[in-house]
Amino acid sequence: MRPNSPPVMALLLTALVAAGCAQAPVQKDGITINDPFEAQNRRVHAFNKGLDARVIGPVANRLKGSDDDAPRDPDAPIGLLQMVINAGRNLSLPVKVVNGLLQGKRRDAGANLTRFAVNSTVGLGGVFDPAADSFGVTERDTDFGQTLAVWGVPEGAYLELPVLGPSTQRDAVGQVVDLLIDPLYHVFDGRDAATVFALRVASKAGDRARFGDTVDGILQGSADSYAQTRLIWLMNRRFDLGETGDDYDPYDDADVIDPYSD
Amino acid sequence: MTITTPMTMRMSSTPIRTDRRGLLGLIGCASLTAVLPWRPAHALDADGAHALIDRSLAEVYQVINSGQPAPQMYQQFEAIFARYADVDVIARSALGPAARQTDPATFAEYRQAFQGYIGRKYGARFREFIGSRIEVTGSRQLKSFYAVTSVAYLNGRAPLEVEWHVSDRSGQDLYFNIIIEGVNMLASERAEIGAMLARRQGDVAALAADLRQAG
Repeated sequence: MRPNSPPVMALLLTALVAAGCAQAPVQKDGITINDPFEAQNRRVHAFNKGLDARVIGPVANRLKGSDDDAPRDPDAPIGLLQMVINAGRNLSLPVKVVNGLLQGKRRDAGANLTRFAVNSTVGLGGVFDPAADSFGVTERDTDFGQTLAVWGVPEGAYLELPVLGPSTQRDAVGQVVDLLIDPLYHVFDGRDAATVFALRVASKAGDRARFGDTVDGILQGSADSYAQTRLIWLMNRRFDLGETGDDYDPYDDADVIDPYSD
Repeated sequence: MTITTPMTMRMSSTPIRTDRRGLLGLIGCASLTAVLPWRPAHALDADGAHALIDRSLAEVYQVINSGQPAPQMYQQFEAIFARYADVDVIARSALGPAARQTDPATFAEYRQAFQGYIGRKYGARFREFIGSRIEVTGSRQLKSFYAVTSVAYLNGRAPLEVEWHVSDRSGQDLYFNIIIEGVNMLASERAEIGAMLARRQGDVAALAADLRQAG
């Protein structure tokens, strides 16, 4: 990427995102919600919810088996499920290194690069996690959506994407760009690239299996699962990106939910 | 049942709320104080808020690691929640403006159902914390209340930041909000209870009945 491309791209995307803001964002439940495509999003949500109930959930439950209910001994060997999650996550590290560099966060990029080097070799292709277990180097999760946020591109409207779930205009662009700038897809092609992709999808499915009860609770147990998913996802995403300051700043008195003053 | 000296002291420091809740609230407060293990005669400070969360977490972990069947666990989580959280103000805030138009008897019914719902709903999440630990890392003042920060270390997953908001505005040191990785419990319950109430066309008694089945 040329050094002058970030500002150009940022400008372009800002224009793109601004075009989606036909309706003014509203203040709801303590956060700003910008959802001009709500009707369309709700249709996609209904589809995703059905998919989760009929396909993803049952598969995830089968993956998980029954062994996960018992308290886990931290020293016990990890199961097949955790191995798949580890291997998939390991393959997601190169693109996180790239994003760390694009954001100017060299330490984060370095930590992810170290993890990839150690776990791919000593960790037998990322199946095990000696980088964290022995050296205390944990993953610095990031993506191109965050890179865009660092470059100053606004969040844009909330979107629920088919299969992929909650996103925003900025993050949706990020998800596409992440596929394009992933070094692994430039190193591998054909069947190898397909294997890499399949492992990463399996890893996501594994995560879904491990934390499936929480997902089920929100998706199937909520009175308005669309609004609940949107609220929880936006709060968590803004927290991860350090963007809570824009609308919900716990240090800013006016926006703190203080039930005693109601 | 006698109203203890520290109780009267705290009542005099929060005249507005006492007036609003009336005699019933007074009796409730007095009986709670008699049951509660701690009696802070002083105003809440950062250390007090820190200590409250430490105690609350110790009890939660005792339950998590007890290996009991889920329904028993949920009952105990509910009891811990009722002891350490300001259930009244959380329930009131979750109900939103409708709380003001609800008569005390219906509200009490809703509040009780809400408490059980929280015990089951968050109890189910706590079960994911089996084999984990939470470290309380700090405490600071935020306007009229205190924020206690902690980090949850879970198996095979990045550590979670958990923040607790503690206040003595009820007359006791209690927490009224939990924020896990930016996800605010009060905000998400406001949305959830709001949606449940809308489904019942604003009927709080029907909402209370639904809450007994939910979570």
